[in-house]
Amino acid sequence: MIKLNNIHKSYVMGNNSLHVLKGIDLHIEQGDFVSIMGSSGSGKSTLLNILGMLDNYDNGTYHLSGNLISNMSETKAAKYRNDLVGFVFQSFNLISFKNAMENVALPLYYKGVPRKKRNQIALEYLEKLGLKDWANHMPNEMSGGQKQRVAIARALISNPKIILADEPTGALDTATSYEVMEILKQVNDSGITVIIVTHEHDIAAMTRQIIRLKDGRIHEIIRNGELKQFQKSYMKELETA
Amino acid sequence: MFDIDKWQEILATIKKNKMRTFLTGFSVAWGIFMLMILLGSGNGLSNGVASNFMNDAVNAMWIWQGETTIPYEGMKTGRPIQFHNQDQEVVQKVSGVGASSGRYFMGNTRYSYLKESGEYTTITCQPELREVENLILNEGRFINQIDILQNRKVVVIGADIKTALFKDSVALGEYVNINMVPFKVVGICTEPGSTRNRNAYMPLSTAQMIFNGSNRLHNLALTINASTLEESQAIEEQIRTALGKQHKFDPKDEGAIGLYNKLENYIQTMKIFQAIKIFIWIIGIGTLIAGIVGVSNIMLIVVKERTKEIGIRKAIGASPSSVIGLILLESIMITTIAGYIGLVLGTGLMEMINYFMMQSAGPATDQSETIFLNPTVDINIAIYSTLLLIVAGAIAGYIPAKRAASIKPIVALRDE
Ligand SMILES: Nc1ncnc2c1ncn2[C@@H]1O[C@H](COP(=O)(O)OP(=O)(O)OP(=O)(O)O)[C@@H](O)[C@H]1O
Ligand SMILES: [Mg+2]
Repeated sequence: MIKLNNIHKSYVMGNNSLHVLKGIDLHIEQGDFVSIMGSSGSGKSTLLNILGMLDNYDNGTYHLSGNLISNMSETKAAKYRNDLVGFVFQSFNLISFKNAMENVALPLYYKGVPRKKRNQIALEYLEKLGLKDWANHMPNEMSGGQKQRVAIARALISNPKIILADEPTGALDTATSYEVMEILKQVNDSGITVIIVTHEHDIAAMTRQIIRLKDGRIHEIIRNGELKQFQKSYMKELETA
Repeated sequence: MFDIDKWQEILATIKKNKMRTFLTGFSVAWGIFMLMILLGSGNGLSNGVASNFMNDAVNAMWIWQGETTIPYEGMKTGRPIQFHNQDQEVVQKVSGVGASSGRYFMGNTRYSYLKESGEYTTITCQPELREVENLILNEGRFINQIDILQNRKVVVIGADIKTALFKDSVALGEYVNINMVPFKVVGICTEPGSTRNRNAYMPLSTAQMIFNGSNRLHNLALTINASTLEESQAIEEQIRTALGKQHKFDPKDEGAIGLYNKLENYIQTMKIFQAIKIFIWIIGIGTLIAGIVGVSNIMLIVVKERTKEIGIRKAIGASPSSVIGLILLESIMITTIAGYIGLVLGTGLMEMINYFMMQSAGPATDQSETIFLNPTVDINIAIYSTLLLIVAGAIAGYIPAKRAASIKPIVALRDE
């Protein structure tokens, strides 16, 4: 599904160059539920952006669903994003002058689905996420959890193969965070690959695979069987902190 | 491509920023408004002056006698020049001269019919004068060649003379006494562009015979066939040379004969109006450009403010071209609607001025001297302006749209 081979990425600012990703090798299967962890500045968002074709990488290869993703035109990247990927952001990123239904329907607009049809589909997705009564509300009339559920509905509506979420619970309280994670889990159960970036160990522990980044490299990958052990070390980390 | 969604999105942003949209639009509306006012006034002025020229044939020329001011072949200055019938023949022979008529002035002449009488100007002439002065025949006919050959005692009277002497009764075929000599009325005429029609026209030969004019003339009226300033000046020079030879004066002597070349004045005046028109366009386009720059600037700010939104759209799958379309369409919409408002107000104002001018001038408009006529803007100009506005909107939106298209979708992920 996702195959990263020796991916490098530097940010160039004037004369300075910041080498953020220093050779990432990663293999994610269809249907995986992955979290990416690491200290601030370790390159988590950078990696997620590359996975989502929002940013280019400098070296290496990236295959998504068998296609080599490299140096595509913006138009083609937009098409790939529209077809394959759904994004969920920490700050929700809903369009403020559109109501919940219109926000959810937007990806279908770029797919060329007629207005009536896409609004109807949007309503179905909102219903699935328990927001049917909020369809005509504007984002500023909704709580953080509701907004994030709208954002998830928007990510799901185009039937993507992957959901990429950068700190989806970062702006939510614990209870709401768990609700959102429960939804993402259901999404994953339906066969969609879900990749989230998070700082929170309890959130990460709900996924089935944790990738820890350190200094631009993959420090360790904790898989299903090792999660118990991860939870132990997570307790230890809490103590030392 | 009519796409409700695109329009709805544009309307939504416009609604969110009413004041900004208004100010943007205002600059464009003002530009077009001023352009229409200026063009309308320019047209009005030029139409007015052109219509004054049309009161006589545009290619008319008048020649009158004077005194020499340059010594010539041993003769002193101050020698009066007297035109005679043969001078008309001399002038007529000059190539480029069309119709020509000699004229003999009789001073004040007394007209009477039954108990009514009055003093009017009698112009003695040949049939060709009608062409030179664009005389309009209300009834009957003008002086013809047979009148001249047979020295007939016939007269064409101005409409005012007819009213004064004949009131409502029929004048054609009646006899009026002119300085006690009975003349048959054969026509009633008006002069274009004049409110007074107190002139009467009489055959030159008859007048010379009856009123002791022998073969003297005071004045020559003619038309010339020239299309450029140079041509008309060449004809003018040839006429001076021909008359100079006849009367022995220096062709360069401006005093020996007076000469008014209407075509020359017409061409020069039209040139001035051409220049004024160009000037108006430059000012108008300048105002419009200021408007375009204003729109462009504000659209740049709009794009900057919407950076995040555009980033989100791109992350969701908006192609660069759809983003460009969004910004361009908004710019074109603001410019076109605002421009149209300016256009309608501007032309509306000019139409209103025109309407009130017509009202106050009444039906006599085409009879009076005016320097302002029909100050309206051609419908073609309005159509071109609309196209111009759309192009202007596209130009105004181009740089902002480019900027918007170059926004990287990662900005949507970044938290400020
Ligand atoms: N567009 C950019 N231009 C220049 N430097 C950047 C850019 N984006 C990120 N960086 C730098 O690259 C490094 C990695 O950034 P990244 O956002 O991937 O970190 P992160 O792991 O997501 O951190 P956080 O947990 O704080 O979100 C940081 O040092 C950051 O300053
Ligand atoms: Mg980050």
